[in-house]
Amino acid sequence: MTAIDREAAALPLDAEEARRVRAARLERVGRWVLPLAIMVLAIWLWDRICVWNEIPQYILPRPGVVAATLYNDAGLLFGSLLVTLRITFLGLALAVLGGVGLAVLFAQSKWVEMSFFPFAVILQVTPIVAVFPLINIYVDNQTAKLLLCAWIVAFFPILSNTTLGLNSVDRNLIDLFKLNGATKWQQLWHLRLPAAMPYFLGGLKIAGGLSLIGAVVAEFVAGSSGQSSGLASRIIEAGYRLNAPRLFAALILISFTGIVIFLVMSLISHLALRRWHESALGQER
Amino acid sequence: MLQEMRATAGEAPGKGDKPLLMLRDVGKSFSNGVTALRNVDLAIREGDFLSLLGPSGCGKSTALRLIAGLSTPTTGLLDWRGDARGRSDIGFVFQEPTLLPWASVFDNVWLPLRLRGVSREKAAPAIREMIQRVHLTGFEEAMPRELSGGMKMRVSIARGLVTKPRLLLMDEPFAALDEITRFRLNNDLLQLWEQERFTVVFVTHSVFESVFLSNRIVVMAARPGRVFREIAVDAPYPRDDAFRTSPEYAALCREASGVLGEAITLGGGSDDGH
Repeated sequence: MTAIDREAAALPLDAEEARRVRAARLERVGRWVLPLAIMVLAIWLWDRICVWNEIPQYILPRPGVVAATLYNDAGLLFGSLLVTLRITFLGLALAVLGGVGLAVLFAQSKWVEMSFFPFAVILQVTPIVAVFPLINIYVDNQTAKLLLCAWIVAFFPILSNTTLGLNSVDRNLIDLFKLNGATKWQQLWHLRLPAAMPYFLGGLKIAGGLSLIGAVVAEFVAGSSGQSSGLASRIIEAGYRLNAPRLFAALILISFTGIVIFLVMSLISHLALRRWHESALGQER
Repeated sequence: MLQEMRATAGEAPGKGDKPLLMLRDVGKSFSNGVTALRNVDLAIREGDFLSLLGPSGCGKSTALRLIAGLSTPTTGLLDWRGDARGRSDIGFVFQEPTLLPWASVFDNVWLPLRLRGVSREKAAPAIREMIQRVHLTGFEEAMPRELSGGMKMRVSIARGLVTKPRLLLMDEPFAALDEITRFRLNNDLLQLWEQERFTVVFVTHSVFESVFLSNRIVVMAARPGRVFREIAVDAPYPRDDAFRTSPEYAALCREASGVLGEAITLGGGSDDGH
């Protein structure tokens, strides 16, 4: 439809349309420029506040100092970042496996879903920080401890979204599959899983951020007993030593990591859905 | 009983009067107390283009689902005749196009064959032929969202026919389309049917559509859903746009409208949906 009708659009634009085109172009530019400008302004203001009030470096370091620390301590900080990232992505991978696996199991039978879904909810609503001391007692392996933590935090959105997706299939399509003698496996593979894709990807976007949070929180709790080498333990350490610049640098790294994870998940989602799903379509109509 | 039904069926230009499926005293009631169908006797013959015409709530869609085997009758039975293999020999076209939104036109038409274990390569000639016959050649790789309503419905019809079913069930397939598209699809559907003479059971609430398409119109009444009367449409095929404007067509429409009107009065109105 779209490609065919374009040929007819040979008339010059009238004033109203021209204005619309201009507004759209401005919006596209503004989407990037505005947040960047505000960010630059905020950093400048931060710097000025430090100077005007003569705030000492161990309370609030100037942005330049933080940047320098980020550069000078790069070896230490990025080493720690790698440790945290490893936990984050392993946790996320396990969350995807566990979440999708459980959702598929739930989709096989209403009874299974009814029986086990409440436990997933309980696991989700209990604050992980409160559970961690128990994990600390029962699990010896340091990595396993952190992974378990990241997994508990991240798997629920994937489970709940995928379950919803597997169950939101057009009734007529299910009838069509039945009519054509489809097996339960065929119905899952050719119908339910593709239909659940947008929901799953929505869950993945949330879970990506959550698994980072899970990993950092776990490190925090474990780090206080002095066993971890991730970014969180760097923050704790820097806090003890009143090394505010490194604290800020580590914080910036963590939030930057969160942003990158979110963008990567959004990109995956877009690539997977762009051919067919409404959420991934441009405003071409 | 068989004798009686043949008598009421009238002379139709079908493949003859070999019965394909007999509904014998079929009734369906639901747990909420609604009796969707009661005492339905209907003989569907090979090569019939049979329309089920009636107001909302007369059970025409329920009848279609029973024939498709998507639901089982509360009373009575469905008696398959000849060498029809029941459910696996049925094509179904829904009111909505009901396509897989993530699959191309080609893959959507492939679906019924795919579910029967036919590979993409093996199915390709049949799929291409079917796409060509619904006039969608060149759109094989298009996604459903890129198609207009009428084109989506064509894909749906191609998918329904790709297995060469003996019986094609259609549940108000063109109800959501504009009139021009609807006329064109009516013409093309008739053409497909005239080439192959598969059997069609076509649910509609449009008098004009049912007269144009079918050789038999079964008018149904509501509350409870039942067969009210059958009208034989004797006009010869092929029917085209000239038939649409002929006095014969107008007379038949008037007759069918009259019967439908009686059925509606009997069922006590039709304005409260299903």
